[in-house]
Amino acid sequence: MGQDHSDIERVVATDCGSTTTKAILIEKKDGVFRLIKRGEAPTTVEAPVEDVTKGVLNAITELEELSGLKILHEEEFIKPKKNEKEGTDIFISTSSAGGGLQMMVAGVVKNMTAESAERAALGAGAIVMDVIATNDLRPVHEKIEKIRHLRPDMILLSGGTDGGTIKHVVELAEIIKAANPKPRLGITYQLPIIYAGNIDARKNIEDTLGSDTALQITDNLRPSMEMENLMPARLKIQDLFLEHVMAHAPGYKNLMVWTDVDIMPTPGAVGLIMRTIAKQREINIVGVDIGGATTDVFSVFGDIFNRTVSANLGMSYSISQVFAETGAENVMRWLPYKPNTKDIRNRIKNKMIRPTTIPQTLEELIMEQALAREALRLAFIQHKSLAVGLKGVQQQRTISDAFSQKISGQTIINMFHLNMLVGSGGVLSHAPRRSQAAMLMIDSFQPTGVTDLTVDSIFMMPQLGVLSQVHEKAATDVFEKDCLIYLGSCVAPEGNLKKGIKPVLEINMTMPDGTQIEDAIDYGEIKVYPLGVGESVEAELKPLAGFDLGEGKNKKIEATLHGGIVGIIIDTRGRPFNLSLDDPERINKIVKWYKAIDMYPEIEKIAEMGQR
Amino acid sequence: MGQAYTPGLKVSKYTLIQKERILPIKGKTLVKKGDMVTSKDVVATAQLPGSVIMVKVANKLGVLAGEMEQFLQIKEGDQITAGQIIAEKRSFLGLMKDIVKSPIEGIVESISSITGQCVLRLNPTPIDILAYVSGEVKKVYKDEGVLIETKGAFMQGIFGIGGEVMGDLHVMVKEPSRRANVDDLSEEHSGKIIVVGSHVDYHFIKRAVEVGVKGIITAGIDDADVKALLGYEIGVAITGNEDISLSIVVTEGFGKIDMAHKTFELLQSLDGKYASMNGATQIRAGVIRPEVIVTDIDYKDGEIKEAEYFIKIGKSIRIIRNPYFGKIATVIEMPAELHELESGAMVRVVKLELEDGEKVIVPRANVEIIEE
Repeated sequence: MGQDHSDIERVVATDCGSTTTKAILIEKKDGVFRLIKRGEAPTTVEAPVEDVTKGVLNAITELEELSGLKILHEEEFIKPKKNEKEGTDIFISTSSAGGGLQMMVAGVVKNMTAESAERAALGAGAIVMDVIATNDLRPVHEKIEKIRHLRPDMILLSGGTDGGTIKHVVELAEIIKAANPKPRLGITYQLPIIYAGNIDARKNIEDTLGSDTALQITDNLRPSMEMENLMPARLKIQDLFLEHVMAHAPGYKNLMVWTDVDIMPTPGAVGLIMRTIAKQREINIVGVDIGGATTDVFSVFGDIFNRTVSANLGMSYSISQVFAETGAENVMRWLPYKPNTKDIRNRIKNKMIRPTTIPQTLEELIMEQALAREALRLAFIQHKSLAVGLKGVQQQRTISDAFSQKISGQTIINMFHLNMLVGSGGVLSHAPRRSQAAMLMIDSFQPTGVTDLTVDSIFMMPQLGVLSQVHEKAATDVFEKDCLIYLGSCVAPEGNLKKGIKPVLEINMTMPDGTQIEDAIDYGEIKVYPLGVGESVEAELKPLAGFDLGEGKNKKIEATLHGGIVGIIIDTRGRPFNLSLDDPERINKIVKWYKAIDMYPEIEKIAEMGQR
Repeated sequence: MGQAYTPGLKVSKYTLIQKERILPIKGKTLVKKGDMVTSKDVVATAQLPGSVIMVKVANKLGVLAGEMEQFLQIKEGDQITAGQIIAEKRSFLGLMKDIVKSPIEGIVESISSITGQCVLRLNPTPIDILAYVSGEVKKVYKDEGVLIETKGAFMQGIFGIGGEVMGDLHVMVKEPSRRANVDDLSEEHSGKIIVVGSHVDYHFIKRAVEVGVKGIITAGIDDADVKALLGYEIGVAITGNEDISLSIVVTEGFGKIDMAHKTFELLQSLDGKYASMNGATQIRAGVIRPEVIVTDIDYKDGEIKEAEYFIKIGKSIRIIRNPYFGKIATVIEMPAELHELESGAMVRVVKLELEDGEKVIVPRANVEIIEE
């Protein structure tokens, strides 16, 4: 590690997801790095092959077959690149297999230090299993039981501003000590605990937890009320992740030896890429990575980066949880026919127990995409509730006084200010038609105003994230040329009509071929204007009937609309948009929308078949 | 491509079985390497620490945390009884007194002069780990548990509910496509693990609980019935601790599905034998599938086969997703190039011949090996 990789020409990178291990091959051609091939194989964490490296080898074997290259010799990497047909310069990897990094966080005040601790853990790529706070209203014995039973990979303990009272944070340490928590993997080693709280309490924390846990101390993540300092805690979490968690997960010791730089938690790597896009283009971004077990949402608004993970929302292992959480009606409302609840339930559970299977028929694809919308929608709701400004910063009080403070943090996600929505993860990247990915993102995130929609072409952001740490140019080249796919701009005014249909948006734009478009779009429509990748138009957009595009009701805006594989998408279904299973016109409406965006082949036939 | 890695469920007439029997916390192992044990023997035991109660003594006495110690009548490590006075403060010439009593029986775990709290812990409860399968103690993990090795029939299910149970196997149907009738259940099934065929419903399970059945092995079950049985929706497939008085192992999946012939034939051959069964399922990292084990089998050592995880031409596999869900087929071609499915997705596929001779194309991700 720490070697110079500036002259590399060939890169093999894998991402070990909970369901699938994805391998990509990148090569420098004429001075530019490009994606050459992609291979994948099921992640191998199931007995008797409880060794993640088997899945890695299988994915790379597929890469070898598809590319004609020889990368491995007797299950070892041929390094460095020998010639055009043999070897690679580096091998890098990210991972969320083994359940990822599972943490508990503790802080004194739920809406302050505990929330900062949660953001630190999430930003480091962790799943937060529970947040314990002195004022979270649960009785102490209940908190202790929770810590005892959850078996996290590590605990982040914070609390108190530097120089403030130490009593409450020591009390939290006593609760943790009393619970005597055991790590998830293996019962023989001590549980890592990171202390990132009041500097004056360090000695007491050491006295309390030093002998029974692997205690690590780092800078206070909330040194004062007005300041949040998450980076030292995040770095410490990632160190311990490699040292303790990865080292105990099946097969990771070998994988760690193979890689040329440290393995990164997948969400940490995707977060890096999202921040880079936002910074380079000076835009606000919301990104999502929907996986098999979890859904991560990232946002960059101004300088503020946030990440949340919905640990039990995903498309394979967690598919049944999506169904349980959102309810049958919310899933079934997206189906273009009247569903049979019993049959839908059994299909979802069959996916849950055989999570690596994929939909073969159109009907099954439509059902999975209905579930995907709900997973995305719920994950975004969770993100908005955590991506907030610092709470309680105006009040100059002691921590004890702050117990009674009201929540003052508001979500910083303003949909009118959102410039780009980035979708990643199997269900979005591998949707057979890009229009499906566009519609899934529109229905679940409900972009408002003017928003560019993009997807990760083949789901390789994690690998590019870790690559950016090794060779920024290689990562940027591939990202620009092969990874980010523009679907097109989405225009969606805010507002709703209580009854009746009338125009709610006027559009005036000149297309690149000179065609003049002057249109008035009725309420409740999806309309697409073809405009190719790399093309753009200047448009005048006037909301009507009290609708708003960000400048106020009925106020005209001028905007640059970008083309893409789908085109410019106009959505006048209203914001907030809600579709009810009980709506007697539901099937007609969705068939109309799906047709407008060319989402599925022969959608009417499916609707008819479903009715039977 | 000649072969491709594909996981599958193990259904084996005779195989080497190793079971780790590990305590949840450190304790004591009761057997030594080389010992022969039966499934009901206790092989390890531990004292599970009791729950913890935190008593805010300083607050209750109305003193500062740092002053609390002088009023305490206990010290760390002391055994205490419920109602015992743990702190007392006298004032006004001894006329007034504030007392704090222990709410529990247990020990004083710690006393903090910073927070003014006493941490009291309930007495521990013992937990015993049974051998679960009869066999030889192959390894002893000091203070943690043992590894038991045995040989016998081993069958994995796809999903299960409930924990470890043991009892005689009883096959209630003659064909894998049949389902047992609720009226056939009687007291004679008490204590048994019953094989019910292609499907089981809520009413059957309820009746099975009434007559004292210990375990049910079924090909299919409806999710709506699982929800009715448990009283809640299964979100993430982590099971094993359900409180439903019996355990269930599902061999094929949700809905009405015939039991795979091989699975059914194996169970038929084991009719009447004593079996160990566990419904615990964890479909996450470190996947655990439910299982049925019978060790009371008379085979020779040489018959154990190495498991295969690769599909190749000529191999028999099971399709695990619609539109051919549950069908058994033979691999006839494994094209390297991507193929467009009805859904429009371009994926790697496998060409199969179904048992009735029909040739179909299925994504490679949608087949599984039935391990020998």
